[in-house]
Amino acid sequence: MLRHIARRLLLAIPTLLAVFTIIFIIVRVAPGDPATAALGDYASAEAVEALRERMGLNEPLWRQYVIFLGDLARGDLGRSLITETPVIDQIAFVLPYTLELAFAATLIGLLLGIPTGVLTAVRRNSMTDYVGRAVSLVGLSFPAFYLGILLIYFFAVRVRLFPSVGSAPFSEPAQNLHYLILPALTLGLIETAYIARMTRSVVLTILSDDYIRTARAKGLQEKVVLVRHALRAALIPIVSLVGIFAISLIGSSVLVEEVFARPGLGKLMVGATKQKDYTTLQSIMVVYALIIVVINLITDIVYTYVDPRVRYG
Amino acid sequence: MANVAANAELAGQPTLGAPDAPRLISQRERALRTFTSNRTAVLGVVMILVIVLIAIAAPLLVPHDPLDQSVSNRLAPPDSEYLLGTDDKGRDILSRVIFGARIALMVGVFSVALGGALGTAIGVVAGYFGGKVESGLMRLTDVMLAFPDLITGLLVLAVLGPGLEKMILAIGLTIAPRFARIAYGPTLAIKGKEFVEAARSIGVKDGRLLRVHILPNVGGDLLVYASLWTASAIRLEASLSFIGLGVAPPTPTWGQMIREGTVHLALVPWYSLAPGLALLATVFAFNLVGDGLRDVLDPKARA
Repeated sequence: MLRHIARRLLLAIPTLLAVFTIIFIIVRVAPGDPATAALGDYASAEAVEALRERMGLNEPLWRQYVIFLGDLARGDLGRSLITETPVIDQIAFVLPYTLELAFAATLIGLLLGIPTGVLTAVRRNSMTDYVGRAVSLVGLSFPAFYLGILLIYFFAVRVRLFPSVGSAPFSEPAQNLHYLILPALTLGLIETAYIARMTRSVVLTILSDDYIRTARAKGLQEKVVLVRHALRAALIPIVSLVGIFAISLIGSSVLVEEVFARPGLGKLMVGATKQKDYTTLQSIMVVYALIIVVINLITDIVYTYVDPRVRYG
Repeated sequence: MANVAANAELAGQPTLGAPDAPRLISQRERALRTFTSNRTAVLGVVMILVIVLIAIAAPLLVPHDPLDQSVSNRLAPPDSEYLLGTDDKGRDILSRVIFGARIALMVGVFSVALGGALGTAIGVVAGYFGGKVESGLMRLTDVMLAFPDLITGLLVLAVLGPGLEKMILAIGLTIAPRFARIAYGPTLAIKGKEFVEAARSIGVKDGRLLRVHILPNVGGDLLVYASLWTASAIRLEASLSFIGLGVAPPTPTWGQMIREGTVHLALVPWYSLAPGLALLATVFAFNLVGDGLRDVLDPKARA
């Protein structure tokens, strides 16, 4: 088990290296000079030159690359071009907010999505199935920011149940949760649509398998067949897909953080994009890459728990 | 006798007295039937047609000029003249929503065309030539695919800067690796088929082989994804506009209207809600069609 995880970790290294290289290249092929971009068109030539020197842009490209990788290896993400504060401090501040949001949304998605998916599969072609499928297809089409705005409109403007925008620090857990509910619901409901739809198709495929027929034939109760036989097997593909959905959820969190004016990695990235703060942008991409690798790793570990073939194979 | 009836049937003539004669239908016809028997997919096509018509006929349909500002009439509630009210510059919201369809469809269609062409080329070339070309291209593809599309789009747009063409380019580049992945698999499979070997043995060159023998056989799958990704592209455009990186004002785009309206949700709710509904309907329509097409091409997935 540990060896399996260690091997997975080692396998992630070349992938990460490739990702870092591509990020490095993309940020540097940007048309125009990052220093000019950061300072604006009216900056004096001396100021631009000074910033270029400080950013290391005057070094040859290969040296910039080596320095970039060396800094990363030491955990140094550089300083923001705009605020001049270490990027890692900013990221450390906002990261818990994004993780909290992603975690809560995945939880909502699992708790609502799996039962819905199983129910629509078992009652295939019934009214429940049609309604469930229609709702989840609408859910798949919902842009995250629009659902967020609808929730704000109904639960913060019309009925003043929740605060419409903002956040509270983690030192005030009750307040923090109060601010978390609408954003988490926004992402969680969309997640529910994805998970329900996928669970339905996975369970349907499994229910037509031979061993389910055998289980029924030997006289097991339908409930036992469903829970002990079908659902157990269904968990295997569900786990890996939930991992994939969790990654796309990290993407949608950018929008939700914008809508609800919550601090977070996405909001930081949008700010860096607008201000052309390339060092911050580059570092955020590195953090995203690390998050994705970690999500894949967690998926892998959970996988070994639900799939005995991996554990013993 | 039966033969004659069957022949008549094949020729498309109505036959009498032979109701049980086997009816031969072409693959294309069967595909069309599967698709049209899927009522939700047909609904999707109808919705798309309506939206396209609205976008084309926008200048004839709008009650007001979408760019006409009226300082004295800002953030007005809906009335008989301004059916959905006016925005923060006194412009008619309904007219702006109608015109917004143009940017949405334009970006959706062009970015998928661009991303589809580029991605298919990458996938087919990687699959066909193999070796270093393959590992290089597919590694790049996998890295791009590891990131959520919004984050890739945001990064590319950050590098390119704002504007309609940049937006199309950014979204096209974001979805290209997705097409590359889809085109790659079938190319590998077809490459080993006898007819390709036969063509090569009579001296057909790589370029022609790719065009005439490989591409047409990869096309079907790509069509499904083109429809699904048009939905994604439209949503992506709206998301980036919502963030504030879209096509520059005053051109009406749904994402930007939704953003401007959030501040005025209590006063003029339609400011955000109307463009959002239009966006939702459009994305939903393309998803319906994509779903229907998937059923046609892969009957097993029709669960």
